[in-house]
Formats: sequence, C-alpha cells, structure tokens
Amino acid sequence: MTEQKTEEHSSALKSRSDLPFYAIFIAISTIYVLLIVAMLSAETTYTTPDHIWAAFAKPEIRYAIWLSLVSCAITTVLSLWVSVPIGYLMSRHDFRGKVLVDAILDIPIVLPPLVIGLCLLILFQVDVPQIEWLNEMVASDSEANSSQEFAMKKTQSIDDLIRKVTKLIFGKAIGVTYEIPSVILAQFMVACAFAVRTMRVTFDQIGPRYEQVALTLGCNRGQAFWRVVFPQAYRGLLAAGTLAWARALGEFGPILIFSGATRMKTEVLPTTVFLELTVGNIEGAVAASLIMVVSALFVLVIARMFGLTRAVI
Amino acid sequence: MISVNKLCVKVGDFELKDISFEVPEGHYAVLMGKTGSGKTTILETICGLKKVLSGTIHLHGKLATHAKPAEREIGYVPQEGVLFHTMTVRDNLSFALELRKWSQQKIDERVEELATLLGITGLLNRTPHGLSGGETQRISLGRALAAKPAILCLDEPLSALDEDTRGEMCTLLSDVQRLTGVTTLHITHNISESDRLGDMKFLIEGGVLKSLPSKVREKRSDLTGKVSPETGSPSDSSTQVKVD
Repeated sequence: MTEQKTEEHSSALKSRSDLPFYAIFIAISTIYVLLIVAMLSAETTYTTPDHIWAAFAKPEIRYAIWLSLVSCAITTVLSLWVSVPIGYLMSRHDFRGKVLVDAILDIPIVLPPLVIGLCLLILFQVDVPQIEWLNEMVASDSEANSSQEFAMKKTQSIDDLIRKVTKLIFGKAIGVTYEIPSVILAQFMVACAFAVRTMRVTFDQIGPRYEQVALTLGCNRGQAFWRVVFPQAYRGLLAAGTLAWARALGEFGPILIFSGATRMKTEVLPTTVFLELTVGNIEGAVAASLIMVVSALFVLVIARMFGLTRAVI
Repeated sequence: MISVNKLCVKVGDFELKDISFEVPEGHYAVLMGKTGSGKTTILETICGLKKVLSGTIHLHGKLATHAKPAEREIGYVPQEGVLFHTMTVRDNLSFALELRKWSQQKIDERVEELATLLGITGLLNRTPHGLSGGETQRISLGRALAAKPAILCLDEPLSALDEDTRGEMCTLLSDVQRLTGVTTLHITHNISESDRLGDMKFLIEGGVLKSLPSKVREKRSDLTGKVSPETGSPSDSSTQVKVD
C-alpha cells in the first residue's frame, strides 16, 4: 500500500511540467530584448555612412559633440565630489530630519525633467537687492552706460548678480541662464541625484566595521575615511561616475528650458537631435543620436569590464 | 587593566544597565553570553565605538569613558577579521605604525616580528583576497597588536573557523597573550574556548553580568604561586564580581 501511494505521488509530481512556466517567461523576455535590438538596428541602418559623415562635418554638430563631452565630464566630476560626502553621511549617520533629507535627495529623480529646467530658470530670475559696493566696483571697471544701467533698477536677479561677480573676478561677465554654465547645472541637478543614490548604496555595502577598526588603530574620522573607506569604494565611484555621465549625456528637458536651444552656444547632442528633426533633417538627427548610442554602449562595456553590479548600473 | 563601573549603554531599542567588572593587568578574560545578550556592545563600548549613557570606563587606571577610540590604545579584533582589502597584508600590519609615524626601518622590523610570531611570513606581500578564515584572523590579530597596545579586545574571533583551525588559534592566542602580557577581553559563546583560554570568566545573561569560576585561572595561579587578585565593583549589588 505504502509503495503504491509513493508511486501515485511521484507520478502526480511528474505530470506537472515546468515548460509552460519557462515558455511564458522566456517569450516575454525575448520580445523585450528583440525590441531593444530592433530599435537600435533600425536606427543604425536607417541612413548611409555618407550621410552620417556629412552630418559630422557640420560645425553645429561638431560643436554639440564638443559641448556634450566637456559638460558631461564636468558634471561627472562635480557629481562625484558632491555624492561622496552626502552618500557617506546618509549611510553612516542617523539624525533628526533624515527622512526629509532623504526625500529631498530623491526629488530630482522623480521630478519631470522639464519641471527641473523650469525651477532652475525661475530660481535664477529671483530678485535679490542690489549690492551698492559691488555695483560701484563693477561700474569703475566698465563703461559709464553700464553703471547707469545698474543704478536704474532697485533689485537684480541672481543671474545678474553672478554676472557682476564674475565680471569682477574674471574680468568678463559670465551668466548662467541661456549660457554654457546652465547646461552643466541642468545636467548636474539630475545626474548628481543618481550618483548620490549609488554612493549611498556603496557605503551601505562597505559597512561601518572597517572604519571602526581604523579608529581603534589610531585614525581620526577623516583618516579612517580617506585611508580605508574611500579606497574600498572605488567600484561604487566608477559606477556613480558612469551613471552620472550617461544621465548627463542624455539630458534634454531641463537644458531646453534653462539653457535654450541656441546653435553654437548651448547646443548639446540631444538638442541637436531635436533641432535637426524640427527642420526635417532626419539624417542629422540620426547621426547625433548614433553618437549617443555608441557612447552609451561604450559606458556599458566599461561598467561591465570593471565588474560593476547590475543592481548599481 | 580594564575597569568598568555601572556602565549604561543604549543602542537603538537595546539597552544595557549597571554593568560592572574588572580585568586586572595581564589577565585573559572571557566574556560569554547568548547572541543578542549585549556582549559585543560591551566590547565596542570599551573600544570607544559606542556612546556611554552613564557609568565609567577606566583603562590602565585612567578615566576613558568618553575618550576617542584612537586615544584608548586598544587592539581590536572584530568577528570577521575585517582586513583592509585595498592593502597588502604587510600594509595591514603596518597601518597603526604608519599613523604613529614610526620610521620605515622600525615598521619593517615590527612587521617581521609579528609575522614570525603569528606564522604569516609567507603572506606578507599578498592582498587579503582568498585568505582562509584562520589566516585572516591571524593577520587581524597582528594588525591589532602592531602598536603594542596594553589591551586586546577580541570579538568572537574564532566563531567562523573549523574545529582544527580553532584549536590552532586557541594555542596561538594563549601563546601571544603569555608572550606579550597584554590584558585581553575575549568574547565568545563557545564554552570549550572559554575554558581553554580564559583565566577570568564573565557571563552576561538577562542584562546582568556575573563572574564565573575559571579552572585555567586556578591552574595558572598554582603554577605561578601567585594569588589571583579579586576583582569587581563591590558597590554594585546586581553584579557578582568576585572571582573564585
């Protein structure tokens, strides 16, 4: 009897095949993977290499490539500088209002990109009082008509203030809104939020034990961080850097609002795609987007080469 | 000497109250207790890694309740060894000495001395990746002892080791303590380990710390002909502190 029962049980178990389970899962996965491959293939085969080289020869597109590479590099460095201390403090310390700070740090990730651009635009147009001594110093450096200009208004925007300060320091007024710094700032606001999240996870994974040992061996907090924790966080740093760079390269919404889409001035690669499409030059748009596709793949390969985990990237 | 008097510590929701005990100079004390009883918290508080709510900690007769970990001159060996993975074994051993600005020659001499004592000479130039549990703990012990601390705190250093390696490490710990004379506080939940090593035994149970009789200690006292000093804080009624 017992043997019969065992046989019945085993035959009942055998009848349940794993095939439907895997068939459904594999089918869904395949459709999505094929969609990605098809999407990229369609773009790469849409136009001829001649058209692409012709698009590259255009000075506007060359400028956009140059500005994209430079602004993304600066954004990455800035993001790492900011994300390391924030990530460390958020990972290691509990303090009053931490939940609120945590939520604030996630705002750039969840906020629609266009809204970030609009917020930045408004922020730099906020009126602040005129600073007399600054106006006088700038006026003495510049022509009479500009000093009259300063005197006419009682208030000034933050952007104007920055122009005056930079004029005084560098001898040339450098504004933010609709200028190159706005491109970097718009990229930074979003890219840094991702870098902060990555660095926080990195420090969480390293755990506090290493620096505790370092403290007992004679380190102060700074020494424990720079000598022990920071070198161990290099994978996280690379991940945060690559992520920030990739986010910055694809940033479009905030740049369009905050920097405008002025050719040979604030035009980055996503702006090129947009501008070329609006004038009906699809080859130009494809050429610019291909550069971004190749860059994204390059970043992905680098990230995998350094063994960065899928969870991070 | 480690002297803890009416110590109160709070970590999250966990709280320890009125903990008192004393480990005289040169003794090997073992603190036992179940998981979650608070033994690691006590050890970390002595090392200066947890904030003290009230009570005092005296190390070598000096008040060190709120001193920074670096000022306490304690060698700390955590449970998993926690070697610095971006450094070689040699750099791990010389870490505390470089912080104290020893000359390179003195550092090299000390590292060689430690490596010989702990049997890790062949490992000096490699990184900690791929080391066995026993090797990791030897290096961790060497790193803690490098700056010649007067106190050594071991947090379940043998818990992750197999039986043979554990036996070897017990012998090593015993030899090292005998040779260096370092006052040691060793946390474990393993009775045979505590019997083998401790000349003083403490047990923490239900938030109360009491001392237990130790066979090893009696044996050592017989051998040396010395009478073991009595320890503890008579003022604390909740804590049994006298050692048999």
